[in-house]
Amino acid sequence: MSTISITVNGQQKSGTAQGNTLLVDFLRSELKMTGTHVGCDTSQCGACVVHVNGESVKSCTVFASACDGAEVTTIEGMANDDGTLGIVQQAFHEEHGLQCGFCTPGMVMSIADILRNNPQPTEAEIREGLKGNICRCTGYHNIVKAAQSAAATMAGARQAAE
Amino acid sequence: MYNFDYTKPTDLSAAVEALGTEGAVAMGGGQTLIPVLKQRLSAPSTLVDLSAIDSMKGIRRMGDMLVIGGGTTHGAVASSADVAAAIPGLTELAAKIGDPQVRNRGTIGGSLANNDPAACYPSAALALGATIETNQREIAADDFFQGLYTTALNEGEVITAVKFPIPTASTYQKFEQPASRFSLTSVFLAKMGDGSVRVGVTGAGADGVFRHAGLEQALSSDFSASAVDGVEVSADGMSNDLHATPAFRANLVKVMTKRAIAALS
Repeated sequence: MSTISITVNGQQKSGTAQGNTLLVDFLRSELKMTGTHVGCDTSQCGACVVHVNGESVKSCTVFASACDGAEVTTIEGMANDDGTLGIVQQAFHEEHGLQCGFCTPGMVMSIADILRNNPQPTEAEIREGLKGNICRCTGYHNIVKAAQSAAATMAGARQAAE
Repeated sequence: MYNFDYTKPTDLSAAVEALGTEGAVAMGGGQTLIPVLKQRLSAPSTLVDLSAIDSMKGIRRMGDMLVIGGGTTHGAVASSADVAAAIPGLTELAAKIGDPQVRNRGTIGGSLANNDPAACYPSAALALGATIETNQREIAADDFFQGLYTTALNEGEVITAVKFPIPTASTYQKFEQPASRFSLTSVFLAKMGDGSVRVGVTGAGADGVFRHAGLEQALSSDFSASAVDGVEVSADGMSNDLHATPAFRANLVKVMTKRAIAALS
């Protein structure tokens, strides 16, 4: 066992981990942050996507020890400071981008990553960017619409700021 | 997954020393190794994470070579302007590996050292005649790949960099197995400065990646789809699994080679 310190959503967090402790298990079991889901545990489904030092990763296929000292953003960090839904989350709400909701944390994190790297993606680029996220309910259409809606909202916010 | 001691050295010599421990295993980005560990197909005593060794990362142009550090991620290769300018086929290849999350972790050194028969990078290394640089020596790609999941690497030997000669043209044509996104059969085609054409095929061979001498010979003298028609690609030695028969894969070698020619014409 060793002590791991991670900055999660801007807050310093510590806990203990074995060598083989996965990041997702550290988040869920040690830090009690259960917003990040484990779907397949074989890096296929993407329900566990979080950002580590600004890059999206599958937290079921990264060791907690590898993230010692890292900055991690999880779905819990996607809401606004006042607790209202963040832009991507709000877009999922408005476009009905979820049914059962199990894949949603990973979908939101992947879309946030897509839009950070490419603020105005085409539909094809959104679908390509979501290759690592599986949804068994929606058929993806409303998820893609949510991503497009979030991109438009962010573009509007940027324009308003200029 | 069995437990192990985890270590993340920040320099190569410390990594090599850690790999000298009985039962130690090296990890690049872990995108293959971690699933393997979960299945208990590997049980290291010590896991040596190579991802913090900065000297093994990065992409640089050295004369007529493109040098990619062994710890460079697929995502970094896919988004590199230097790679796109020098070897566009490598950009295509890296951008099609797995998914964005896998590309943010997985490394070129890890892919080559694992030598999965359906992995993408081995085809580029062979087709471009790359040199694999390790902490011990340099190995020509033609000598490096030695069958399924088997390479010329010794115990404790780490891929520090891969040196790619810059071709005059290159492309990677991938026919992917849609569930795993590995190659069902893919072709890396390179036109070299001396006019020769080299064809690396992955996903198809029962012994892993290979160059196709018949296609290379035909295309070196006549770079056209009709030249491909005149070459016999045998189903002997092709993989057979529930996704595709040897005959299907043999046909795909020609189809993907033709697509490569079309992409470069």
